Amino acid sequence: MRHLLSTEALDRETLTALLDDADEFAEVLTRPQPKVPALRGKTVATMFFEPSTRTRMSFEKAAKALSADTMSFSPGTSSLSKGESLKDTVLTVRAMGVDLMVVRHKATGAPWRIADWLDIPIVNGGDGAHQHPTQALLDCLTIRQHFGTLDGLRIAIVGDIRHSRVARSDIFAMSALGADVTLVGPPTLLPIDPDAWPVDVSHDLDDVLEELDVVYLLRVQTERGGGSVFPSLAEYTTRYGMTTERFRRLKPDAVVLHPGPMNRGVEIGHDVADDERALVLQQVTNGVAARMAVLFALLGGDTDA
Amino acid sequence: MRHVMTAEDLARATRRIAHEIVEGNHGLADVVVLGIPTRGKPFADRVAAALSDIEGVPVAAGSVDIGMYRDDIDTRPKTRIGPTELPEPIDGKVVVLTDDVLFTGRTIRAALDALTDLGRPSAVQLAVVVDRGHRQLPIRADYVGKNIPTSLGERVSVRFEEIDGEDGVWIGTEETT
Repeated sequence: MRHLLSTEALDRETLTALLDDADEFAEVLTRPQPKVPALRGKTVATMFFEPSTRTRMSFEKAAKALSADTMSFSPGTSSLSKGESLKDTVLTVRAMGVDLMVVRHKATGAPWRIADWLDIPIVNGGDGAHQHPTQALLDCLTIRQHFGTLDGLRIAIVGDIRHSRVARSDIFAMSALGADVTLVGPPTLLPIDPDAWPVDVSHDLDDVLEELDVVYLLRVQTERGGGSVFPSLAEYTTRYGMTTERFRRLKPDAVVLHPGPMNRGVEIGHDVADDERALVLQQVTNGVAARMAVLFALLGGDTDA
Repeated sequence: MRHVMTAEDLARATRRIAHEIVEGNHGLADVVVLGIPTRGKPFADRVAAALSDIEGVPVAAGSVDIGMYRDDIDTRPKTRIGPTELPEPIDGKVVVLTDDVLFTGRTIRAALDALTDLGRPSAVQLAVVVDRGHRQLPIRADYVGKNIPTSLGERVSVRFEEIDGEDGVWIGTEETT
């Protein structure tokens, strides 16, 4: 593996190796001194051309826990505002002595372009509505820690799948690890051609609810207010929200995941969000461990040997 | 491949090392056995079982992985990270580290760094199946199954039933392995 750009090309063996390493890094994070010298002397740059605090902080914590140095880039304070091109910006940062870049960009495919321009590993930290591979890894890690495996699990991804890079990444990773994935949402929020993916599709959450092991709730982009894609937030909650009533109907050992930030009272009920079977904070903790596994896989060792 | 220790030789050496550990530490009160994956772990399990036998108390073996502590990550092929599992906190304990082969000493150096991050043992001792020489660091073993002088081109293969399907030690040249 030279870059981590997408989950689409990752096979079961590669994913399992990353998750196994992530489990060991999760143990490191529980130590009194949660830091190992694995990447001492390496520099990781987080190049976030689109605002993000959570993912950026998670990558920086992961790099620091591996003893790598970190540099960060924000578009607002950079020469981008002076008209410097994307290519010149990343070449400049590379020339400072960076060993790996984490890239987030609103344009689909931007991390691939940067990987072509540079001679160092690139990690996709989210490109448009396309891919967010480390989110999928931390989700699969959280599910695997809970159930021991993803083989045979019924997982529903609920909500705005059409605009979700989280869903696009999770679908391939979860399927490769043996889970049966069902996409649930109104037709306006589902992809135009879901037949191209290894998934089932349902427009009615209540139809599939009682068979599920994992309910993965996507964030409703309330800043868009629903707009043309669904009539109102209240209607969304009525049909697709994980309300307390729906939560009670789940299998007793089923769990709820959410990539955050949550809209309590919209896609997830207030009580549900605080239930011990909502693994949202465990996902956040696992995000650091999963990203440590990715950084270590790309920088820890001579990949050509 | 030259067969230098049979399964019986390995079992006898393990028992002797267990006796030496009990003798050297005046019992087992503070002793924790930790193997370095991959093949230090089955050796740790064998040593712990022999210690239990001798003293009549249960002894659990753990593991301490060095994959995150290597000093040569840019020049060696990537290896997988193994588990780090402590059966109990190691603060104030005597940690007996176990590995299959003691060679350059760099693995042990990395393991000592890992232990430092995991706690503060009162002492660290080292038990190995084979000491083959060629140290690059000032490190020595406290308990040795067999000293086997080797040339740099030779390869020492310690095998355990749990991993390799057989017990014993073999020596070959790089070409024959």
